Amino acid sequence: MKLKSLTLAAVMIGGVAYAAEVAPTEVAFDEYGAVEASLTGKPGDPAAGAMVVGSKSAGNCVACHAVSALSDIPFHGEVGPTLDGAGDRWSEAELRGLMVNAKKTFDGTVMPAFYKTDGFTRPGDGYTGKAAGADLPPLLSAEQIEDVVAFLVTLKEE
Amino acid sequence: MKFKAMTAIAALVAAPLSAVAEPDDDTLIVNEEIEMVTKTDAPAHLQDVMDTVMSGWHFRSDETQALQADDFENPSMVFVDQAQELWDTVEGTEGKSCSSCHEDVADSMKGVRAVYPKWNDATEEVRTLAMQINACRENNMGAEKWGYTSGQMASMEALISVQSRGMPVNVAIDGPAESAWAMGKEIYYTRYGQLELSCASCHELNYGNMIRADHLSQGQINGFPTYRLKNAKLNTVHARFKGCVRDTRAETFKPGSPEFVALELYVASRGNGLSVEGPSVRN
Ligand code: HEC
Ligand code: HEC
Ligand code: HEC
Repeated sequence: MKLKSLTLAAVMIGGVAYAAEVAPTEVAFDEYGAVEASLTGKPGDPAAGAMVVGSKSAGNCVACHAVSALSDIPFHGEVGPTLDGAGDRWSEAELRGLMVNAKKTFDGTVMPAFYKTDGFTRPGDGYTGKAAGADLPPLLSAEQIEDVVAFLVTLKEE
Repeated sequence: MKFKAMTAIAALVAAPLSAVAEPDDDTLIVNEEIEMVTKTDAPAHLQDVMDTVMSGWHFRSDETQALQADDFENPSMVFVDQAQELWDTVEGTEGKSCSSCHEDVADSMKGVRAVYPKWNDATEEVRTLAMQINACRENNMGAEKWGYTSGQMASMEALISVQSRGMPVNVAIDGPAESAWAMGKEIYYTRYGQLELSCASCHELNYGNMIRADHLSQGQINGFPTYRLKNAKLNTVHARFKGCVRDTRAETFKPGSPEFVALELYVASRGNGLSVEGPSVRN
């Protein structure tokens, strides 16, 4: 009896916070690495996405990519191609796939997988150098991924 | 005046978007005397992945580079002086100092840095310089080991490196050292952590590129120990490895661990032919 109500409560908590959210282990890719369905079931917010792309403590995408739309943020990297025009080169589904796990699109790429929680070698607890706990969260949440996708779609060639 | 400075800062901040980040072609001559080989043909075992190996010195700013060209400017030299005192300091149950056995460091330690890590027959292991120093402290002096990445260890490594400056790095990778070397190579190419990056992701595939505000070098260790302006102290090889592994959001290995010893041998061998530069200056 007690057990049952506990399980029920857990389901309800899950239900409230993560309405139709797709878990990192359940994302469906097509054969080219694209992900059709929104991870949250709703469109993202491009302004919030821009913050994730530029912020060191979030996506830190500018560590590797230059983005002219974010030229007020100092120090853009050169490890990946510039993201200018990414919204012309890729569909929304392809961009989502690149965000979830770019290795499904580019075999062996150095770009990290932002919505993945297993299959790592010696995963750490953030940047502490210590071992990760059992439930390693993805680098970005489903909502953050959708926000970034919404931002990338806006990056058109002039 | 204030406004001008601000504009200048803004210009500086904006610059990296279009910065030219190639390693430069400058020449390093220390004290107008020791001409360093800072670029040379890659050793045979690397030739399928790169043609030229380069010192990290080439990837630093002119200002940082200049600090290394003159021992009066090089902040590491304070630590070399301190280590010279340690060299002559009696410690431990045997009543000995390093100089009791090795006498003048300039003679006895010439060429030593260039060939470490090195196979030790008696103990049947690959020894880093730090391991050898601690072996002497424990077994020959009856003194306590120094911490693997401690200030004393870094300083002593600097003193020993100075005696080989300008000599080519030449670590042996065959014979009994080969299995450690192969283990180090495997570690070098393993993609660790939640970011799934290997040493090669940054230092083989992307040297010359900016990663945020950092200009990626080949991650060579011919300049160690290294004085970093960022933390204002001498930094050991294993402390650097630890930082780089940590930055992949990985569980690191411990300084002095078999994994890092093997990795050190492998990384050192990627710099075979470059001059011993340590102690160098980096940002
Ligand atoms: C450690 C480096 C690194 C980081 C961090 C990184 N990327 Fe990438 N990214 C790359 C590389 C390299 C490529 C090119 C793919 C290849 O050929 O390997 C790439 C490719 C891409 C592409 C396709 C580019 C094109 O138009 O061809 C997009 C879009 C992209 N990244 C977005 C992002 C976003 C958004 C983030 C942050 C949430 C990010 N990347 C973080 C390295 C990185
Ligand atoms: C009681 C004698 C003794 C003392 C004291 C001593 N050592 Fe040694 N050291 C040796 C001997 C003997 C060897 C060679 C042994 C070997 O190959 O294992 C050696 C080897 C070395 C080597 C390697 C040299 C090479 O060519 O490979 C280094 C470096 C070294 N010692 C540093 C030190 C330092 C630093 C100290 C003081 C902190 C010190 N030693 C104190 C006896 C001593
Ligand atoms: C995410 C990128 C990244 C990865 C992965 C990485 N490093 Fe680094 N490493 C850097 C940066 C940035 C620096 C500082 C700039 C430079 O010298 O390249 C650096 C510096 C170094 C240096 C100092 C070079 C000098 O001349 O002072 C060494 C040595 C080094 N790394 C070795 C390694 C090894 C070994 C690994 C793998 C265990 C590794 N790095 C993995 C980014 C990385």
